[in-house]
Amino acid sequence: MALYTINVNGTSHQVDVDPDTPLLWILRDNLRLLGTKYGCGIAHCGVCTIHLDGEATRSCAYPISAIENKKIVTIEGLSEKGDHPVQKAWIEHDVPQCGYCQAGQIMTAASLLAQNSNPSDDEIRRAMNGNLCRCATYTRINRAIKTASKEM
Amino acid sequence: MLQFSWFSSLAMENPKLEGAFDLNGYIKIATDGTVTIASPNPEVGQNVKTSMPMIVAEELDVNWENVVVVQAPLNTSIFTRQIAGGSRSINESWDALRMAGATARHMLVQAAAKAWNVPTSEIDVKAGVITHSISGKSAKFGEMASAASKIKVPEEVEVKNIKDFKIIRHSHKNVDGPAITTGKAVFGLDVYSENMVFASIVHPPAFGMKLESFDASEALSMKGIDDVFTIQTYPEDFERNYFDINAFPELIVITGDSTWRILKAKKTIKAEWIPFDSHSVKVQGMGGGGVSNEKVPSGIENTEDHYSAMIKKSKENAKEVRKDGDPEKAFSEAAKVIERSFTAPYLAHSPLEPLNFYANVTAVKAELIGPIQTPEFMEKSVAKRLGMSLEQVDIQMTRIGGGFGRKLFGHYLVEAAIISQKIKKPVKLMYTREDDMTFGAYRPTYQASYRAALDENNNLIAFHVKTGGIPESPLFANRFPAGAVDNYLAESWTIESNITTAAFRAPRSNFMGAVEQAFLDEVAELAGKDPIDFRLELFDRAIKNPVGKKNDYEAERYAGVLKLVREKSNWGTNKSGISRGVAAYFCHDSYVADVIDLRMLDGKPIIEKVYCAVDCGIVVNPIAASNMVEGGSVDGIGHALYSILTIKDGVPQQRNYNDYHLIRNNDAPREVEVHFVESDVHPTGLGEPPFAPAIAALANALYKETGKRYYNQPYMVDIEAMYLQEKESV
Repeated sequence: MALYTINVNGTSHQVDVDPDTPLLWILRDNLRLLGTKYGCGIAHCGVCTIHLDGEATRSCAYPISAIENKKIVTIEGLSEKGDHPVQKAWIEHDVPQCGYCQAGQIMTAASLLAQNSNPSDDEIRRAMNGNLCRCATYTRINRAIKTASKEM
Repeated sequence: MLQFSWFSSLAMENPKLEGAFDLNGYIKIATDGTVTIASPNPEVGQNVKTSMPMIVAEELDVNWENVVVVQAPLNTSIFTRQIAGGSRSINESWDALRMAGATARHMLVQAAAKAWNVPTSEIDVKAGVITHSISGKSAKFGEMASAASKIKVPEEVEVKNIKDFKIIRHSHKNVDGPAITTGKAVFGLDVYSENMVFASIVHPPAFGMKLESFDASEALSMKGIDDVFTIQTYPEDFERNYFDINAFPELIVITGDSTWRILKAKKTIKAEWIPFDSHSVKVQGMGGGGVSNEKVPSGIENTEDHYSAMIKKSKENAKEVRKDGDPEKAFSEAAKVIERSFTAPYLAHSPLEPLNFYANVTAVKAELIGPIQTPEFMEKSVAKRLGMSLEQVDIQMTRIGGGFGRKLFGHYLVEAAIISQKIKKPVKLMYTREDDMTFGAYRPTYQASYRAALDENNNLIAFHVKTGGIPESPLFANRFPAGAVDNYLAESWTIESNITTAAFRAPRSNFMGAVEQAFLDEVAELAGKDPIDFRLELFDRAIKNPVGKKNDYEAERYAGVLKLVREKSNWGTNKSGISRGVAAYFCHDSYVADVIDLRMLDGKPIIEKVYCAVDCGIVVNPIAASNMVEGGSVDGIGHALYSILTIKDGVPQQRNYNDYHLIRNNDAPREVEVHFVESDVHPTGLGEPPFAPAIAALANALYKETGKRYYNQPYMVDIEAMYLQEKESV
């Protein structure tokens, strides 16, 4: 066990956990930020995607001991009122089916648009390739990102 | 006039709204006019949580903007069929949902008539306002809710003329959209309680094996670990229901104070596993019928052996299921005969939310919360297994993070309940991805052999399908082209196995639709006919002069979707650099035809566009209906191209998404365009029907592009081999 101080969505939290604990389980079990999901545990499905200093990162395979001072943003902290351009575009295109992967999709898309506000279709597909959607809503995801990019 | 299946007004358990009046179990109206509608069925991504309340709201005649939707409790005395499966939610609950809205509206009108002392016939209702124009009196629903709630629910009531629909047939967005996009939607895995214990399982590594002994001393010495013990989910003499499929009834359970610690401890457990002997399990019939003994054969199985056993079986005598005319005579006299065989592998459903459930079992009550497609069946299994009455078991439905059939089979819910009962604490059981993928209940492995005969004028004169699988046959003997050909033979066989299988999106149709429609493409080519014209000729025959009386499809509607997709895709025009394939299939009471446009790039198919034409009767919520068809099509294409689960020495060889290939964003079709047939007939489902025809249209387009037919799924195995060969020869 060790004490760690982490900054999540602008708030500082102190947690007492095993150093190898992935950030995902600290968000969920300790902080009860439940929008970040578990899907594979090996960074292959993307449902656990959060921002680490703005970079889309798989929290299921990222141990707390490696976080240091990096700022963590989860889906709960992406916008105050759920009105980030990506979130609004997701509603406009009625993207979700089961919805389980969508927080991860949105976090990856928001990170992409922060770095490249006008991505090509090809750039969108490549950036989103690490996020599985088992309901296969990919065409709507990509259209929603196009819509959101117009507001960035 | 519709009749209601229930007569009494029962309290809605959830949520507990202050100042709201319960009209009939589906609807609560508050004095401020807020209308709360309970959505009865599990929400697994098919969007019933929006579309079912829309139907209620339509008949109630209220503005959709004033409606709040909640997930209903499990209560089969009120609700029709609280199951997410078979594309049957809207199909089977359509009348009940309309009645729920119409009876409540009727009760509000009666309350107003009484208050104003006027006849009900003089009262109008529009958008949540009740009006008596003669006296100039009017009241909002909220003002009459209290009085209406005291009126007996009528048993018969008029429903709207479908021409007057204002909510149904108009697009309304997912009611949980804002919650999903902000991370607030609650799935099973998101259920936490204050003193909850975390639990994980270890199951035998191979099918055909069971637990002999285990050593958990290392795990028990680890920080945060409470206990390690075994449970029997279904004891040997337990009478299972159809949804209690389970390959591993005895498990090792680890409990502890956090997810990460139990996952670490799980890896240290040393267990001895031994092969089990052949035995049988007791299974109740689906409709509450008698109990049968189902054999579980012993043995350690391999995919390689499965394929050779299927090929052998396909050449032996099989069970005749349907025969029209004299097929053998027709084949022997034919001008041309074509014969082809197809296979498809095991598939893991692998919904992104793995199997999990929350259970809090005390001496008097079992509270269960989580993702389950069959709550009304699992309530019975849990009650029986815990030794409780049905009234003591309370199952609450969360959103389900994908099911595709896997979460019809609720052993994980029973396991959570047993663990909680044993440790006397609330517990959350979570399968890891690896547990989920290696636990069985797969889409069966299938094989099919087809023969078709043409006369000298290229008319189809005989058709023979012989098909089977491990452990079930996928045959639908009365589906097309049965009814459209004079000489027809359908035969079936099975091979037993201890590898458990289960309904997977479009059960059996997911194979039969794909391969039948790929085969017919080849028959059309042999006949020198356009594949759409060839099918339409057959439908014409089935319409004018059907063969046999028992054909499962309506030929006009089948032909209708083909004609619609022909028009919308401009079939027959050439697009530069693009190859096209077409297919159509009927299953789960809906009709879907697809045209797929694709090209190859560096050995990979790039699917530029999928055109879908769909006849599902009345389209309740167009934006969501289209989403289902888009996703179902891409899902079919993805599995047929990429996915396979193989077994070696009883052990599943794919354990996680690094080696089990699901379709990803960059491989997905660039565009899916969905068109619905305008129709006033009873609505049918959309979760399953788009899956199979997309696979066949893909196979037929791939043939046009590569000059090679694809008989074995996943197609990428052959495509990659061909690409490598081409590269080497260059």
